[in-house]
Amino acid sequence: MAHPLSTPRSLLQTEGTVAATPAPPPALQVGGLTVAYGEKPVVFSVDMSVAQGTMTAIVGPNGAGKSTLLKAVLGLVKPLSGEVRLFGLPLSRARDRVAYVPQRASVDWDFPARVIDVVLMGLHRELGLLRRVRPAHLDRARACLARVGMEDFATRQIGQLSGGQQQRVFLARALAQSADLYLLDEPFAGVDAATEKAIIAVLKDLRAEGRTIVAVHHDLSTIRAYFEHMFLINMRAIAAGPVAEVFTAANLQRAYGGRLGEAQVAGMQAGDATP
Amino acid sequence: MGAEFVALSLTPLLIGVLAAVTCALPGNFLLLRRQALIGDAISHVVLPGIVVAFLLTGRVAALPMMLGAAGAALVSVVLIEAVRRTARIEAGAAMGVIFTTLFAAGVLLLEQSDTSGVHLDVEHALYGNLESLIWLDATGWASLLDPVALSGLPPELPRMAVALLIVALSIAVMWRPLAIATFDEGFAATLGLPVRAIGLALVMLAALAAVAAFDAVGSIIVIAMFICPPAAARMMTDRLLAQAAWSVGFAILSAVLGYVLAGYGPLWLGFANSVSAAGMIATVSGLILGVTMMIGPCRRRAGGATVH
Repeated sequence: MAHPLSTPRSLLQTEGTVAATPAPPPALQVGGLTVAYGEKPVVFSVDMSVAQGTMTAIVGPNGAGKSTLLKAVLGLVKPLSGEVRLFGLPLSRARDRVAYVPQRASVDWDFPARVIDVVLMGLHRELGLLRRVRPAHLDRARACLARVGMEDFATRQIGQLSGGQQQRVFLARALAQSADLYLLDEPFAGVDAATEKAIIAVLKDLRAEGRTIVAVHHDLSTIRAYFEHMFLINMRAIAAGPVAEVFTAANLQRAYGGRLGEAQVAGMQAGDATP
Repeated sequence: MGAEFVALSLTPLLIGVLAAVTCALPGNFLLLRRQALIGDAISHVVLPGIVVAFLLTGRVAALPMMLGAAGAALVSVVLIEAVRRTARIEAGAAMGVIFTTLFAAGVLLLEQSDTSGVHLDVEHALYGNLESLIWLDATGWASLLDPVALSGLPPELPRMAVALLIVALSIAVMWRPLAIATFDEGFAATLGLPVRAIGLALVMLAALAAVAAFDAVGSIIVIAMFICPPAAARMMTDRLLAQAAWSVGFAILSAVLGYVLAGYGPLWLGFANSVSAAGMIATVSGLILGVTMMIGPCRRRAGGATVH
């Protein structure tokens, strides 16, 4: 589903120009979300709003609750309190519009499946329990593989791929879902430079088609280049908004505490940080 | 070998094959979910279930025993989950704790109760009585078409056939969600698949297979068939469907070869008596696994030899 506004835009622009039609509901809205593992809260009273057609990085130190926030949004962990709305709807009615790319390390890649089998999992809603896999399904799965540059690997066993290739297969599976909102958990973790380039190109394409991207991201040096919005979290929401406004030394210091040196922050802000 | 074979060997052979396949099918998924030991757990806790059923009804009848076994299997599955969640003991250890405890309790119960007059003992629980499941009414191959003779078939045969039918059909219908949930449970949940229910359904199928097979062939075969054929099959292929097919083939091969070797192997070697068919079937399945580990085309864990 292509969004009518396919060019990059900011929230401010839409407010003035589309007064006639009601503004589309946010792709993702989180209110007062608290998640705890055992006694210890991991995400505490977080509010978050992501406008449709934007690209947002969820950023914070290790153990800040980034992945947990994503999982709570997807119903994979049960929050203690709080509300999640996707396109103005509860999760149960918006599942078809959401695709999730889990951390690569969360599955056993020794599973007996070929690359194409994994991508076909993204078509589960159409295939259902017993419908036959038709050439049209295979063509679509192959097209998704081609988009991430993996069309030559369709019949490989997934365990024979490099980490970056596995990550691309996961992205291809999400593409097969043709969702409107893509939630990615550390899509660039431990991947090679070529893969990182390929993935960000696909994400930017998706955004250009009007789809919404939210990714847990840990590499501060690439935020400016990759994302337009960021959501800074360390158990509590620290700051949210356009990268240009949120990516400040003060905010990073609040999120990372002493773990980030002043010099580092200054370097990354200048945009010339080396990986 | 017509008449004698049909009367003495055909039914135990068939029951062995059916039991092996019934256990191997869910075993494929249990293995991939690192739950293979649950077959072990279930087949052990079946013993106290059967003893309790015997104590309650006072007789050795198939139905109450099956119910007792199924009840015990259910209790053990719940207990394993409970131990795992409340005490933060990892799944394998939780299974080990539960099944040894319940099995030991079953042994105590058995000792204390008056079961001397009936065929109920620990050995039976382990090895079953495959060789005794003969078809005395049979006079030859023609008996397969004789309704009178057919009514004398050991009841374990149709029971095992029904169990296989239920297990095979359920797995066929659940195949896709089961595969997706086994590979990537989080992703499966975001698709709206009921991952908890899927996992529970798989364990229930395993329990059904274990209880039905236990009655006929004992827990040794059950434990071996849950693990060995699927594990050997994994060495032969990198596709799930093919793995399931290979596992069925290996299960059949184990049952047939094991039965034949148990009956005739010792004679060929110059010994007088045959050995336990259940033990031999389980041994053969282990040997098949050993062979595939050495020569199977997909035996290496992916990543071991390839570029990363």
